[in-house]
Order: sequence, then structure tokens, then C-alpha cells
Amino acid sequence: MNSLNVNLAGLVLDNPIIPASGTFGFGYEFSKIYNINILGSIVLKSVTKKKLFGNPTPRIAECENGMLNSIGLENPGVKDAVKKIFNLKKIFKKKVVASVAGFSKDEYKFVTEKISKIPNVGIVELNLSCPNVEEDGINFSSKKRSVISICKAVKSVSSKPIFAKLSPNVTDITEIALAAQGADVDGITLCNTLLGLELESKTGKPVLPRKIAGFSGRAIKPINLRCVYQVYKKINIPIMGVGGVQVAEDILDYMSAGAVAVQVGSENLVNPMVCQKIIEDLPKKLREYRIKNISDIIGRSHR
Amino acid sequence: MKQNFFHIALNKKIAKNTFFMILEGRLECVLKPGQFINIKIDGFFLRRPISICDIYRDSIIIIYKIFGQGTQKLSEFSKGKVLDILYDLGNGFNLENAYNKNVVLVGGGVGVSPLYFLAKNIEKNCKSLKVILGFKTKSEVFFEKEFKKILSIHNKDDSFELNYVTVVTEDGSFGSKGLTTDVLKNLKHDYYFSCGPKTMLRAISNLGKDGEISLEERMACGFGVCMGCSCKTLYGNKRVCTEGPVFKSSEVIFE
Repeated sequence: MNSLNVNLAGLVLDNPIIPASGTFGFGYEFSKIYNINILGSIVLKSVTKKKLFGNPTPRIAECENGMLNSIGLENPGVKDAVKKIFNLKKIFKKKVVASVAGFSKDEYKFVTEKISKIPNVGIVELNLSCPNVEEDGINFSSKKRSVISICKAVKSVSSKPIFAKLSPNVTDITEIALAAQGADVDGITLCNTLLGLELESKTGKPVLPRKIAGFSGRAIKPINLRCVYQVYKKINIPIMGVGGVQVAEDILDYMSAGAVAVQVGSENLVNPMVCQKIIEDLPKKLREYRIKNISDIIGRSHR
Repeated sequence: MKQNFFHIALNKKIAKNTFFMILEGRLECVLKPGQFINIKIDGFFLRRPISICDIYRDSIIIIYKIFGQGTQKLSEFSKGKVLDILYDLGNGFNLENAYNKNVVLVGGGVGVSPLYFLAKNIEKNCKSLKVILGFKTKSEVFFEKEFKKILSIHNKDDSFELNYVTVVTEDGSFGSKGLTTDVLKNLKHDYYFSCGPKTMLRAISNLGKDGEISLEERMACGFGVCMGCSCKTLYGNKRVCTEGPVFKSSEVIFE
């Protein structure tokens, strides 16, 4: 029997498949579509201190092999989110990954302290890289200094492992990852969306009111895979890979490059059964490629 | 939400850039007027959300307009083509609000489409039913006869049937010249249902009468997870795809 188990920063997952933040809400909608308990875990929608409406609409645009989103962290705020996450245990029997976002170090600290206390939260992922809240997509993870200060602050109040989710929109992703590792985080998620722009052919004007937005989908896979590959060589904490995953082979690719678990993002939005399909297909792929335990292949591209 | 494969039984142009499509498959559920489907089109990442015009046995009938490359491609598909479709999406119109009332349906452009399914479902229960259809110009007009057919059954007296369906065009090239609101203002009614462009829905809401409007918004998923289609209401943020697309017009905050 081929094993799909992985150990993610002390959390043993039945399989490495995890829906990515912002593509699975708080799990409730998908629980009506398929049995979500087959998933390794779920990364929930990012939570901020106060309730946020987000950006003006339209917030979504079609691109070649992907999409732009400019949601702007719409979420119910930490108070309501804590209840939603707590109650999720009734339908999702495993630990979840809670995602925390903010506009200041203190906000990250405040939200993480509340969220990490919820029993069914196994890991806290810091969304340091939302491109949709500051001008021109500037975010905390583009500067080493802010990454270090937020990660340290959050580590001091969290009882759960912390993963820093970084932006690919930087000159050298390994420097930022090393900075996060230096601030004692327990793992790194690579990566958030790329910055993108889509124009109206007729007018030449941006399609979205916020103009620049986060690009995700199939087209970004080689870029984020490269980030995982580069960072794996430099750090010694676990990596979650994410970006452009559509089929079981993509999971093997990210794990070969060095990821311990792999998130499935925007494909959930257009192909809601994708995670179930990947989980069904993985054992067949392991047999086909003569892999005994999926965890054996983590980092094999480097060996 | 449900997902299934449907094949195209008919894909026919009925007005300028406007297509009528019959999708045959296995529904396995009852769909409500005001709900929409989300269609996967080869070569495009996002699905295209389209409201339901009618249901006939296990077929879904839609009317869509070519707005961009995705709907252009859809219009080029021929009979037999199989499409991956998400359906049973959105909340639909509240049919019980039509009960025993003088009801007006107000459609603008391709927004006329879901009102047809609605009209078929409420014509027996409301006191009276009138329809206002608004288009930019003559070449875009569709479904005037189809509405007349439903309403003439309901209102029995064929000689007055013309009064029940009013068509307006912005340039006056068909029906009377003007906007749907010009007609609605002078029409005695207790309740309305409307679907069409945002500017029209805003103008109708501003008239201050009781009614429901179906909003349109760009969406990625269509089933409530991406938060792409949020709108502001008096009761907080709501998702057009899940709590909507139909809202009480008095609750929507237009910006």
C-alpha cells in the first residue's frame, strides 16, 4: 500500500492536498459539494482584526490560462471568524490551517493570538503577501525587515506552528525566506499570486478598478515551482507549495522540488471537484512511477 | 450546486449578438426562476455565468449576449457539443411575493431572459401581470411574442393583449421611445421583478416601490467561495452568486 501521509511541521496529514486560502471560504460551501474530510487539511480565508468589505467590483478578470483577483481581503473580522472556524469542527474532523492578514504588526499579533487558540487550528499561515490592499501591490513580504518583525511578533503569541506565505514579486525569494526562517517561523508557503494587469482591448484601460491585481491559475505553476526549488536548497524548515495545480502530477512536481504539502488554489473555483480528483488519482500515479511513500520524493529534484 | 455535462440541442441567433441555447442533460433537481448556470468554455479559465430563461423537462434554456471572447466562442458551438455546467446556483426570485398582486416584470436587454421563466411560474398566482421590455434599438429586441403568448393565456381577453407587453427602445426604432422606468412610473402596480443593467436597476429602485432585482457581477466560482461578486446591502455584504442574484431592491446599496 502506497502511503500518502506527510508530516507538516509536526502535523500528520492523511495526504498532502490542501485547498489554498481564498479559494475554499471557511469550508462550509464545499462541504455541500463533496466529502471535505478526504482533504489533508484546508487553508481558510484570510482573517483581519475588523470586518472588511474589500475592493470595489469588478474584482475578477479572465486572463490567458489564469485569472486576476482583486478581492481585497473581504472577511467577517476575527470575532465572527473565530466562531466560524470553531464550528467547522462539526463538519471537518481534521486540523485546519488558519490564514491571518493585517495592515500592521500589531494587527497580525492580535489576530494570531485569537486564532491560534482555537482547538481545531493546527497551523497559522501568515498572509504577508496579499497584493490587493496597498497601492500597486506593495506588501509586507517584499521587505526583509517587515517580514522579520511580523514573524517575530506573531511567534511570541502563537501556540501553533507559523507558516509565512510569501510573495513571488521580489528580486530574490530565497533572501525573504531566509529572513522568515531567521525570525523562527516553522515553515514557508510559496507563493501568493503574481502581480498582473489586464486591459480592455477596445479602450486600452485596465479591466479592474484597482488596475493591478493578483494573477493565479495554470500559467503561474513554473514560476512558483521554481521558487520552491530555489528556497528548498537554502532553508531547513518545511515548505508548502502552491500555484497552478490542476492534476496529480503537479503535486509530485512541487514535492520533488521540496514541498512537504501542496495547496490547490484557483482551480477549486472553476473545477470544484479538483481536490477530490487529485486525491483519487494520486495512489495510481505513485504506483505508475514506483513511488512507495509520497514523502520519499520530497526534495528529490536536488538529489 | 450541481455539476453535470449537457449537450447543445440548439444554439440560435434571435437578435443582434443575442443567442438562444437549449442544453439537454440530466437535471436531477428543480431549478427556480432567477437562478443561473456557470458554463465552462474550452480555452477559457473562468466559467461564464448565464441566467436561466426556461426549463423544459431535463433541458435548460438560456439566452446570452456576446460580450467578449468567451461568449463569442459559445456562440460558435454547434449542436451536439458537450458542455461542463455548474447549476442550481443562486437564490432566485421569491415567487410568493407575486401572490394576488398586480405585478410588473421589467427587463432590460439580455436581462429580459430570466423574467420569462418567472412569468411562466407566477402568471397563475398574481392578480395581474404586465411586462416592460427595454432595449437599445430594434435589432436587439427579442421575446416580445413569447411574453405575449404567456400573458394572453393568463389575461384571456386577447383584444387587450398589447397592453400587457410594452416594448421600449432608447432610440425609438421599435415600440415607444424611452426607458423602462418611463413606462413603469405610469403603470399601477403593487410589486415588480426586474433584471437588466445596473443603471436601470438603480433607476427602478429609486422609484421607491416594492420589488426585487436580479444583479449581475463578475464572478470566479459562482458558488460562494471566492468573494469576487460581493455587493453592499443594508444588512451587510452579500454575495451576488449565493445570497443573490435576486435581492429586495430596497436593501441594495448602489454605489
